[in-house]
Amino acid sequence: MTKTPAPRLTVRNLSTCFPTEDGLVRSVAEVSFSIQPGKTTALVGESGSGKSVTSLTLMRLLPKTANAQVSGETAFVTRDGRTVDLLGLPDREMRRLRGNELSMIFQEPMTSLNPVFTVGEQIAESVRLHKGLDRKAALAHALRMLELVEIPAAARRLHEYPHQLSGGMRQRVMIALAMACDPTLLIADEPTTALDVTIQAQILELMRKLQAETGMSILFITHNLGVVAHHADDVVVMYAGRVVERAPVRPLFASPEHPYTQGLLACLPGKAQAHGEGRPRRLFAIRGQVSSPLAPPPGCAFEPRCDKAIEGCRQAMPPLIDTRDGRQARCIRVPAAQTFARAA
Amino acid sequence: MNTSASALLPLPMTTAAPLIEVRGLKKYFGSSDRPVRAVDDVSFAIRPGETLGLVGESGSGKSTIGRTLLRLVERTEGEVLYRGDDIGKLAAGPLRRLRSKLQIIFQDPYASLNPKMRIGAILGEALATHGLAKGPGERERRIAELLETVGLRPEHASRFPHEFSGGQRQRIGVARALAVEPEFIVADEPLSALDVSIQSQVINLLADLRERLSLTMLFISHDLDVVEYLCDRVVVLYLGKVMEVAETRELFERPQHPYTRALLAASPKPDPLVPNERVALKGDIPSPVAPPSGCVFRTRCPHAIEACAGTVPPLDELSPGHFSACIRKDLIRLEPPGRSQGETAARSAEVV
Repeated sequence: MTKTPAPRLTVRNLSTCFPTEDGLVRSVAEVSFSIQPGKTTALVGESGSGKSVTSLTLMRLLPKTANAQVSGETAFVTRDGRTVDLLGLPDREMRRLRGNELSMIFQEPMTSLNPVFTVGEQIAESVRLHKGLDRKAALAHALRMLELVEIPAAARRLHEYPHQLSGGMRQRVMIALAMACDPTLLIADEPTTALDVTIQAQILELMRKLQAETGMSILFITHNLGVVAHHADDVVVMYAGRVVERAPVRPLFASPEHPYTQGLLACLPGKAQAHGEGRPRRLFAIRGQVSSPLAPPPGCAFEPRCDKAIEGCRQAMPPLIDTRDGRQARCIRVPAAQTFARAA
Repeated sequence: MNTSASALLPLPMTTAAPLIEVRGLKKYFGSSDRPVRAVDDVSFAIRPGETLGLVGESGSGKSTIGRTLLRLVERTEGEVLYRGDDIGKLAAGPLRRLRSKLQIIFQDPYASLNPKMRIGAILGEALATHGLAKGPGERERRIAELLETVGLRPEHASRFPHEFSGGQRQRIGVARALAVEPEFIVADEPLSALDVSIQSQVINLLADLRERLSLTMLFISHDLDVVEYLCDRVVVLYLGKVMEVAETRELFERPQHPYTRALLAASPKPDPLVPNERVALKGDIPSPVAPPSGCVFRTRCPHAIEACAGTVPPLDELSPGHFSACIRKDLIRLEPPGRSQGETAARSAEVV
């Protein structure tokens, strides 16, 4: 394996718990992953798997009123080569980093844009704040950003309000806003989920182009495995707040190791086309549903739905182990990497 | 128009009389001088036992068609025939009786169940409205049976909707539709609010019930993979108009309309080894208030020529049962099935 440069972001043992009236909810538990410079890591999981809470925790955007209890550490390499812990930074410095080095785009562009300001004003505000540009220069920069995200008639759009734009255009504005200060890490939380497929394809193409031009890293949060297959370099699969599998994208789709990942891929109707005569065979289905976070099973969180579960699965939460070729899985039925390989 | 429409009606390749026939259906919303043309002259037929897929992006009119079929929305023009009778002409009484034959499953399992009613009451209301399973003992038996049919337990009848997960709620929505023993079900994006692992459970449930109860279905979806898996035939809509109609396998192997080809290319396959086809379509769907003249797709079509603005392209039958509304006959590729890899690549290149 060739030597890889230091990751842009390394997350180790991240946990986020919320105290609720019914007890402590562990939304994110012992999550570890890394994102290489210029690469895309996808965080995949179903609703409630903790993928959005992970990103909000990293950005320190969880509402104060949630009283989140966060633990773990991160190592983020800034543009000038400093390594900082996003979770430990003073608020002032974190604010400087957000927008400048770290940006985020959300699923619903309508609710994340301010309805009473023109899109130009909103983009200009962030560069005035972070880059200290004056009003005129900031607006000129905003225009360049709209052109960068390929919005037609950008000079006119600059003075329009979010409600005057289509969903795809709004998401382009969100990306322009996120790119305005040239971030080194973009967190994209389901950026295309609210969009139609032909518009989704445009937005993904745009993100790919911007990444190639700027060399930014992307943390792509999604539940769409089709998007993951084509737009991620590394994949982190989450289930019930924990990482259950980590692998580069091709090996993951070729030979998923964790029973949950295997089930998820087998569930997809696109993978099950029989194309014979008559109707296709039954689709694979993962039985049951995710357990309540207030009453997790004693052992592996996936055990109640797993076809491969054995007695040992009910005893304790399996650790995330190294399996082969730099991959990891949280399952006692997946063989660990050879011990001699570890010793060498 | 209507007389000639029946000859051109995109019908399946069988002689069975259709269960549902839609002829020249139009639904305009808003003021009459600048209406929103949600559905604009749509015709198709569904034969008994068939599952017809209705695909298209937001604003294509697919949900409006589903609702117009059940008269939840009144049409502006055209006919919807159920076993040859025009549903639009029925008076309130006969319409209510007919509704027990025609049911709908809604997209949002959270919004479509009354949060103040217990599940037993939700299902019981459907039975009471149509005078089925009379008598308390009989009604409870039927509710328990319905819950078991959709994979829930009889004791769930005493619970409220909030006590269920999204997948379970969608099962309740299915049970409610089945309560009155319908012949025909409109499934309006029944899976899009569900997670992947739950989605496949509901797909299997729908497929099983369809076989067991010989249901006819109109399956509305924007997810092409699900449509390919579940449907027998597919109607592709764009801006309220039919672009292409074909048997599912035919449509996915030999898409003819540039819009269908673009739609298939844009939908990412869950396999990193399948090459990603380049984005073909520029821009957004135009406003249905002022649709483009001629072919409504021409403003985004990579193959549009001047003539496309002139006339509305007719839905032509290219091969038996395969219809496409495009004047660029030079783009038609009707090669036999079982293409090689090279041919697939050639087709992909052509999409770009």
